[in-house]
Amino acid sequence: MSEETNKIKLKVYRTNYNKKESPHYDEFEVSVKRWTTVLDALLDAKSYSDSSLGIRYSCRMASCGSCGMKINGKPRLACYTKISELNDQTIVCDPLPSFPRIRDLVTDFTEFFSHHKKIEPYIHNEKVPIEVVNKDDLVEFKQTPEDVDKYLQFSYCIKCGLCYSACPTVATDTKFPGPQALSQAYRYMADNRDSGESTRLDIIDDRHGIWRCHFAGSCSNVCPKGVDPALGIQLLKGHLIGITKNDKKIATLRSKEE
Amino acid sequence: MGIKSNSENNPSTGGDIKLKSGREGLMGWLNPTRYGWERVSYWLQRLTGVGLLIYFIGHIYETSSLVNGINAWNSMLELTQTTGGHIFLLLVIGASTFHTVNGLRLIFTESGIGIGRPGRPDYPYDATSLNYKQKSGIWVAMLLAAIAMLYGGMVMFGDVS
Amino acid sequence: MPLLKLRESQIMKIHYLTGICAVFFVAIHILFRLIMPFGQSLEFHNVVANYHNMYYVILLELILVFISIHGFNGLRIILIELKQNQWWESTITILVLAAMIGVVAYGTRTIIIGSQL
Repeated sequence: MSEETNKIKLKVYRTNYNKKESPHYDEFEVSVKRWTTVLDALLDAKSYSDSSLGIRYSCRMASCGSCGMKINGKPRLACYTKISELNDQTIVCDPLPSFPRIRDLVTDFTEFFSHHKKIEPYIHNEKVPIEVVNKDDLVEFKQTPEDVDKYLQFSYCIKCGLCYSACPTVATDTKFPGPQALSQAYRYMADNRDSGESTRLDIIDDRHGIWRCHFAGSCSNVCPKGVDPALGIQLLKGHLIGITKNDKKIATLRSKEE
Repeated sequence: MGIKSNSENNPSTGGDIKLKSGREGLMGWLNPTRYGWERVSYWLQRLTGVGLLIYFIGHIYETSSLVNGINAWNSMLELTQTTGGHIFLLLVIGASTFHTVNGLRLIFTESGIGIGRPGRPDYPYDATSLNYKQKSGIWVAMLLAAIAMLYGGMVMFGDVS
Repeated sequence: MPLLKLRESQIMKIHYLTGICAVFFVAIHILFRLIMPFGQSLEFHNVVANYHNMYYVILLELILVFISIHGFNGLRIILIELKQNQWWESTITILVLAAMIGVVAYGTRTIIIGSQL
């Protein structure tokens, strides 16, 4: 059974700041089939046309978050975007906006990760040490499936950076943590194993913190995993401003004997 | 991945790696398309807000002409009660109606009301915060702004009082 | 500087409250223009007559205060998102506060003189 093939034009942003190359677009003609993704097309161009094409990718199944780029004007995962869904004969690939550019489609995630680290993305609980030295110290949190559902969708974040790219505040404000970090702040606040709410709220209640989000919704519009960062951020604002109360009870511990 | 941005040397990569900040800057704000209605409403809210602030300052200045007596007031009216002035006022009416209604919608949504609750995401991963209940608030704001502009136009250009 | 010591969440609460109050009072202000034919309501003696009404004067003063705070705080938010350094933020905060006070003072002057006409 032969699949129908179609030829499309792939325009890829090329530059190498290390070699002081000025930015330009290279065009490649690629044959695509019904299920061909943008990543497939880029790798085709890299394999048969220009092996110097710089692309970051890994899992090819929207699980690792490596292949984020701007495709036809919108941040998307290259492995998760089919050529056919773009309805265009010309596919333009640019590096992710709001990330420092290294080469071609590869961008630097250092600042993005540092924003994430600033909100202390780990469970704060005085009763449980961060490092378990003795096996007898191992305990288990009694967390029900209903408790997990309160934060589960935010834990699906793959740190692909699409939300950070789409955000209009990130476009100009270098100190703004971005939707990913703020939604992770909500993820830990909603997690009933965590008691670090006041610490995190102090961190984000800043001139360039959570209040520089204006619910433009672009983050949730581009998120490939259904994390819906805008939801987390607005719920967090509701807690900060005192309209909604965080009525979680900190999960109790089940010791080895139980 | 210890690459520093904005022309700093990075010893871990063994040389000068210069990076250009990829931030979209003001163009990231000015293009309201590509991301749905909420981005359009963000753009319009900012535009109308700045426009209304400028109008407010102008309005305080123009009404202060009454302290200089009836002649000064009438000169001000001659300047503002023109076709151009009325069209400008129509835009102000539209802007203030949109800014108000959308602002009320934002007060609710930014307090966590009307945007749904967290759940288990499933394909096609539609974001619950971008639901039609709060999105329709944007359309209502635009509709009310259009109606207000229509009524304002009838008052200023027509015989309606 | 008091504004610098306010938490951003407190500033946003003020921003929301002033916005809501401003809507209410501006609606009344606009309705006043419609109690007689629009053109007639703008005549000098009709405008000055409004300034002799104590409630109207209080209404105008409240509108001045609420909209100045809401509007200039909004401008401050937009401007601090554009550039991030200590000098820019301090300058913008001071200018915005000065503008708020300036506009309220100038408008109050009009109200006081108008009420004496």
